Amino acid sequence: MKKKRKSVSYAKWGYIFILPFFICFLIFSLIPLIDTVRYSFFEYYRSGIKEIGPDFIGMQNYISLLGSDMLKYAGNTLILWVIGFIPQIVVALLLANWFTDIRLKIRGKQFFKVVIYLPNLIMASAFAMLFFAMFSTNGPINSIMISLGWISKPIDFLGSVIGTRSLIGLMNFLMWFGNTTIMLMAAIMGISPDIFEACELDGCTGIQRFFYITLPQIRPILAYTLITSIIGGLQMFDVPQILTNGQGNPDRTSMTLIMFLNSHLESRNYGMAGALSVYLFIVSGILCFFVYRITNGSSDDGTKAEKKKLRKTRKGGR
Amino acid sequence: MKKRVFAALMAAVTAAGLLAGCGSSGSDEGSGTTESTEEGKVINIYSWNDEFRTRLEAVYPEVESTSDDGTVTTLKDGTEIHWVINPNQDGVYQQKLDEALMNQADAAADDKIDIFLSETDYVYKYTDAEADVAMPLTDLGIDPDTDLADQYDFTKTTASDREGVQRGSTWQCCPGVLVYRRDIAKDVFGTDDPTAVGEKVKDWDTLKATAEELKAKGYYTFASYADTFRVYSNNMSEPWVADGETTVKIDPLIMDWVENSKEWLDAGYLDKTVKGQFNDDWNKAMGSSSKVFAFLLPPWGIDFTLNPNWDGDAGAWAVTNPPQEYNWGGSYIHAATGTDNPEHVKDIILAMTADKDTLLKISKDYLDFTNTVSGMEEAAADDTYASDFLGGQNAYEYYAPVAENIKIAPLSAYDLGCVELFQNSFSDYFQGNVDFDKAKANFETAIKERYPDITEVEWPE
Repeated sequence: MKKKRKSVSYAKWGYIFILPFFICFLIFSLIPLIDTVRYSFFEYYRSGIKEIGPDFIGMQNYISLLGSDMLKYAGNTLILWVIGFIPQIVVALLLANWFTDIRLKIRGKQFFKVVIYLPNLIMASAFAMLFFAMFSTNGPINSIMISLGWISKPIDFLGSVIGTRSLIGLMNFLMWFGNTTIMLMAAIMGISPDIFEACELDGCTGIQRFFYITLPQIRPILAYTLITSIIGGLQMFDVPQILTNGQGNPDRTSMTLIMFLNSHLESRNYGMAGALSVYLFIVSGILCFFVYRITNGSSDDGTKAEKKKLRKTRKGGR
Repeated sequence: MKKRVFAALMAAVTAAGLLAGCGSSGSDEGSGTTESTEEGKVINIYSWNDEFRTRLEAVYPEVESTSDDGTVTTLKDGTEIHWVINPNQDGVYQQKLDEALMNQADAAADDKIDIFLSETDYVYKYTDAEADVAMPLTDLGIDPDTDLADQYDFTKTTASDREGVQRGSTWQCCPGVLVYRRDIAKDVFGTDDPTAVGEKVKDWDTLKATAEELKAKGYYTFASYADTFRVYSNNMSEPWVADGETTVKIDPLIMDWVENSKEWLDAGYLDKTVKGQFNDDWNKAMGSSSKVFAFLLPPWGIDFTLNPNWDGDAGAWAVTNPPQEYNWGGSYIHAATGTDNPEHVKDIILAMTADKDTLLKISKDYLDFTNTVSGMEEAAADDTYASDFLGGQNAYEYYAPVAENIKIAPLSAYDLGCVELFQNSFSDYFQGNVDFDKAKANFETAIKERYPDITEVEWPE
């Protein structure tokens, strides 16, 4: 009897304390998730105010999605993401490297950190509306360029494919480079100063230091940035939605996958939207897996938590 | 077992939600049946802006007071009107309204919707007999033939279901006219007299010749190709989608719009930099530095969009007849099926849409063109209805004949999407981004995405 008492475990309190989270997760995440998958096999939408369905139709939604323009929108999404991501990662690496360089002694680091992060605090839709007004044909950007004599006729930014796509890329770049910079700075500061000192003594140049020490050492964080950015990119919605009025103008070339999803939701087409979400889910899963494998060499635990990997690196694994 | 626990959990959550929902009304949970003869204490009105509220406050004789935040209006008998306002943008209003209407049967008496408003573009969705969310007026005790005899016929048609049972009523009527800049008219035609200018724009052929004159002096006739769309679409003879069908039939008139718009745009009669309406460029085209001669607008357009965007002196604009009669917009009042305040609802609908004196007061105070044939004829002849913004012109003189000649296009539940997506798909074509066939294909894609039950698009030869 006494023995049993001694082995009273307090672990259950731990479980009780994390219970609220799991209940919330169950109600607000897991059940909707399962419902999404379930509805993707049904014909279920609203025509006017009348509800049609749910009628079980098997894989019909998945098949008709493949026949639609989904792949074209996937291409659009990818292009828009790349346009935003490449300048973002390059600038972020550069800034992070400068800010963490002990020799450069940049003043007001804290100030700059705040400033570059600021665009991220603006609501994406407000940001898009601002750009929409600034770059409209009779907007301030065109007026300024005309009065400076750079152009003779206003440029129709939002009427051309390149213009619209670059604007979306530019906005995504502006909104996210600060965030990435701060994350990369944290990663670089996590590298032991001994290594930097050692390389200085060996007479290594700034560029060599960057490519042979900094980059390999922050690879886990780079991978994390890439993965989150891809997932964020797949979900790209608010900026192009507001900028093109939800239509992906011109010629549906800036229609992203989530905008496509949204246009299904206008008629509450839960079946089709569910099927599309399942596709997106699978694609993000595969993408994450690949990116992880590429950046992590031989590790084969797939998309498992980043934490594990971080711990490994900190312990000096590999 | 797990399932049962989960079910209990869900039930608890749902119950909690319900309780939170009716916390404010509390007392009379028992009177949930619609048959109760006792009138409820709360009238819930769904709308997308405060247009109806301001008018009701101003002219409805039973109004006692409105709370400062504008959410509750108290009537003299103690009944409260609760205003539920959701913006029209991105379909928010319709989403919220649909949710509420679908839960109407289970809602507590004081939470039931009693009145809701709809716009011409989607009124048909709610007057549908099968859905039966808007009560037939006769069920309320309103006889459209006698009580609403003075209303414009087309507004009654618009508010009726496909069998012709009227399920809504409106206080306003939106005959479109041509609004033009007096200074440009003087410069080009040598006169700004509405009759003389009206002669110059009386039909499309004459207007085209006039457009050439305007162009020679460096002016645009209209701002955007979207400006003329309503004139064409409101004169269609067939609805976009016929009842019970799943095919969008494009009316030949709509193709005329495409053809003419392209021609006009290429000829330089329209401002190439203005794409669509209600955007920054369009608003600027209404300013004093713009070269745009005219806009095709209904009364609300002059009051709500032209006036605020005009930055010059008042009196610079004038109104004349459009090249073709048309209607643009209009807000309809419906009694929601299952209302617990049928007497109040009836009284409000009658007072707001059938009482000539009330309607004339709205016209005077808010410049609405109101829904009373005899009243509007009086207004047209009465100089006290002249507008300063229009340089002392009495615009009712031009509205009234247009209103009498409007033959509204047959409606369908798909109008909003068709109008929006058609204009959008073809603006790429007008701007030269895609060719004609691609624009057609884009419209087909877009419309099928928006309405899953649409299977085909039929183009005229």
